[in-house]
Amino acid sequence: MSAPIVLAPREQTLQQLQERIRGMQDGVPRVPLPTHPVLDGLLQLRTGGAYEVDRASLGMALLATPSAEGSWVAVVGAPDFGVEAAAELGVDLTRTVLVPDPGEHWLETTAALVDVVGVVLLRPPVGVTERTASRIAARLRKRSAALIVQGEWPGAEARISLRSSAWSGAVAGHGRLRSRRVVLGVQRGSAPVREVELWFPSAEGPVVRIEYGVERPALDAPRMEALA
Amino acid sequence: MRALVVWCPDWPVVATGSTGALPAAVIARGGVQACNQAARGFGVTRGMRRRDAQSRCPGLTLFDANPERDVRAFEPVLAAVEALRPGVAPLRPGLLAIRAPGRFYGGEELAAATIAERLVEVGVRDVRIGIADDLFSAEQAARLAEIQDWRVVEEGGSAAFLAGLPVDVLATDSLPDSGDLVGLLRRLGLRTLGDLAALPARDVLTRFGAYGAKVHRLARGVDPVQPATRTPPPDLVSEVVFEPALVSVEAVSFSVRRTAERFVAELGERGLVCTALRVEAEADDAKRSLLSARSWVHSRWFGANDVVDRVHWQLQATPAGVLVGAPVGLVRFVPETVEPAAAHADGLWGGGTDELIDRGVARVQAMLGYDAVVVPVRQGGRSPASRQLLVPWGERPSAVRAPDLPWPGSMPSPAPSRVFAEPWATAVVGPAGQPVTVTDRGVVTAVPTRFHSGSGSGWQVIDTWAGPWPADEQWWDGSRGTAGMVARFQIVGVDGRAWLMRCDGGQWWTEASYD
Repeated sequence: MSAPIVLAPREQTLQQLQERIRGMQDGVPRVPLPTHPVLDGLLQLRTGGAYEVDRASLGMALLATPSAEGSWVAVVGAPDFGVEAAAELGVDLTRTVLVPDPGEHWLETTAALVDVVGVVLLRPPVGVTERTASRIAARLRKRSAALIVQGEWPGAEARISLRSSAWSGAVAGHGRLRSRRVVLGVQRGSAPVREVELWFPSAEGPVVRIEYGVERPALDAPRMEALA
Repeated sequence: MRALVVWCPDWPVVATGSTGALPAAVIARGGVQACNQAARGFGVTRGMRRRDAQSRCPGLTLFDANPERDVRAFEPVLAAVEALRPGVAPLRPGLLAIRAPGRFYGGEELAAATIAERLVEVGVRDVRIGIADDLFSAEQAARLAEIQDWRVVEEGGSAAFLAGLPVDVLATDSLPDSGDLVGLLRRLGLRTLGDLAALPARDVLTRFGAYGAKVHRLARGVDPVQPATRTPPPDLVSEVVFEPALVSVEAVSFSVRRTAERFVAELGERGLVCTALRVEAEADDAKRSLLSARSWVHSRWFGANDVVDRVHWQLQATPAGVLVGAPVGLVRFVPETVEPAAAHADGLWGGGTDELIDRGVARVQAMLGYDAVVVPVRQGGRSPASRQLLVPWGERPSAVRAPDLPWPGSMPSPAPSRVFAEPWATAVVGPAGQPVTVTDRGVVTAVPTRFHSGSGSGWQVIDTWAGPWPADEQWWDGSRGTAGMVARFQIVGVDGRAWLMRCDGGQWWTEASYD
C-alpha cells in the first residue's frame, strides 16, 4: 500500500480521497472487475460491491465481461434465465453455475457461491433487510466477489436501470425484432442519474454506445480508471 | 514346462451370442472373417466375399466384426480358467494358454477334462484343449482335438507330432506374413512341417534370416517362447453389509462412511480415481432384491465424502428420511469409470478455481439437494425453452440436440433474455375485440392490438408486432398437448417491453420475454 497516490488532474481531490479511504478501510483492496466497455466512464465494477439492475438482460451484460475474461459466475433465483441470450451477450456458459430455485435458502446459497465465484447474479425472492445486505457485503469484500442484484438491495453501490427502451425492426407484422435503443441510467447513491444511450442489442449483435461525435465534458464524466 | 492351450473355434461368431445351430458369419471389410460349423456346412469359408457367402447360404446371419466384442466376450472364459489355474496367458480372443497342471488335478488329461467341463458350465460349448511341450505344438494339438475333448502330445514327442502336419498350419494370425510363407514353402517342395524341420538349421537361417529361423524352431517343436501371463484384474467393488438391516437414510449414510473411505483409498493405492460410480442398495430379504441402483458422475472424481453424499441423495426416497421399501441390508459401490489419478492430479499450486467451485457447489447441493445446481447448455430446438438445457452439476449432458442445425421455424436472433419454464396463458385480441388466431395456412385472422397476460395487470396496447413464425412440431405424436401447428409472434407493448408469444390452436401463451 505504499504506492504513491496518483490523482487524476481534473478530478475533485476530496471525492477521490474519500474513495481511497473507503477502499482501504476494509483491509482487502477493492479490485476493479472487468466491466462492459459501454459503461466506460460511468461505472467500474469492483470486488466487494453490490449493484442493482432492473432488467434480466442488464444483469447478463454485467456478467458477460468478467465471465469472458475467465471468471466463474453464478446465477441464483432466476428460473427463467435465458441461456441463449446470455451466450449471445458473451457469458461463457462453461463457467456458469445456475441455482434456479433456491427457495428459502437463497441467502445461504448466495453466501456459499460468493465464496467461490467471481460474480453472482441474484434475484432475491423477498425483500432484503439492511442487516442481511450488510452480512453479504462483508462476505463480498472478504472473498473479493461482486454481487449483481436484480431487484432492491440496501446499500448498493450503484443502480443501473433502463430509463427507456424502444425496439426497432418489427413493423406491424413485418420484419423482426433487430435492435433496441435504450437510455441506460447509472445512479450512485444520491448523486444525479447519469445517462448513456445504447443499442442494446444492436442489429449486429453486441451492445454499442451511441456517440454523438462530441465528447462530454470531463467534469461530467470523471475517469474512474485513475483510481484503479 | 508343459503348455496347455484352450481353443474356442470361431470365436468371433461365438462372441456375437448366436446359437450354433443356425449358420452365422462375421463380416470384416466385405469378406467373411469367421463363420460357424453350420455355415461351413453350406460351403461358406473364411475370406469368402459377403455376396458369395450369402448366395451359398441365403439364411446366413451376418454380424459386423467388432474386435472389442470378441475381447469382452472372452473375459469370462479367462476368468473361469483363472479360477482353476492362475497364470493365464490370453493369446488372442478364442485362444489362451496356461502352464499345464502336472499333478494337481491328477494328471494332464484330468486337468484338461476339468477345464473343459468348467468352460461348458460357463456356456462355451465348443472348446478344445491341447497339451504339449511347447506352445505351437499345444495349439496344433488343440486344433486337432474333437469338440469338448483334448489331445495330449507326450513329453519329447512334439517333433514327431508336428512332422506329419502340412505346412498350411503355419498360416495363423500370430505369425506375420504367414500366407506368403506357406506359398513359398510349397513352391520349395516342403509339404509338411517334417520336411521343413529336416533342413539344417544353419541353412534356414542363412537363407531366410531370423524369421525363417523362428519358423524352423516352430516346426521342430523347440520354440522356447513362454507366453506372457496376465495379472487378474483387481476387484475394485466395495460393499458393506448391515447387520441388522438399517431403515433410516441417516443411519445408512453414517455407516457407509468407512467403506467409502476404504473404497477411495483402495483405488488410490492403485493410482486410480473413480469418475463414474454406481451405488446399489439391496434389501435384507432372502432374494437380496435390489432396492435402488443408480449411476453417478462426478465433475472431477469421487472422494469419500462425495460417495457418502451420493448414497444419501439416492436413498432419500421419502421426505421423512425413511426408506419406502424394505430395510437396507447391503450397499455396494461399483466403480464404472476409473481413470489414472495422474490425469486428475492437482497442480503444484493447488487445483485452481475449479476445485474451489466444486466445494462451493457441494455446499449448495448439501443444502438444496442434488438437482438444485445446474449448468446451462445450449441446444437446438424451435421454442426458446427447448433451445436450452439445464444439466445437474456433475452430470454429463446427454441427448443434446445440435444447436447449429437450421431448425426451421425457430426464432431469429436476438434471443429472449427470460424464458419461462411454464408459459403464461395470454389473450390477444384485434381492433374490434375479436380473438386473434392463425389459420392452418398461416394467415393471421386480425391485427393484434391488445393483449392481456396472466401476470400483467389489465390489457395492454400492442405497439408493434412481428410474425407469425409457424412451426409444425411433433405432428406425429397426437398424445402431446403441444403437437400440431403453432405460430410464434414477437409482440412489443406500448411500454417498450417485447414478448415472445405462441398461438396454439386459438390459445395464446407468453413463452419468453425480451427483457
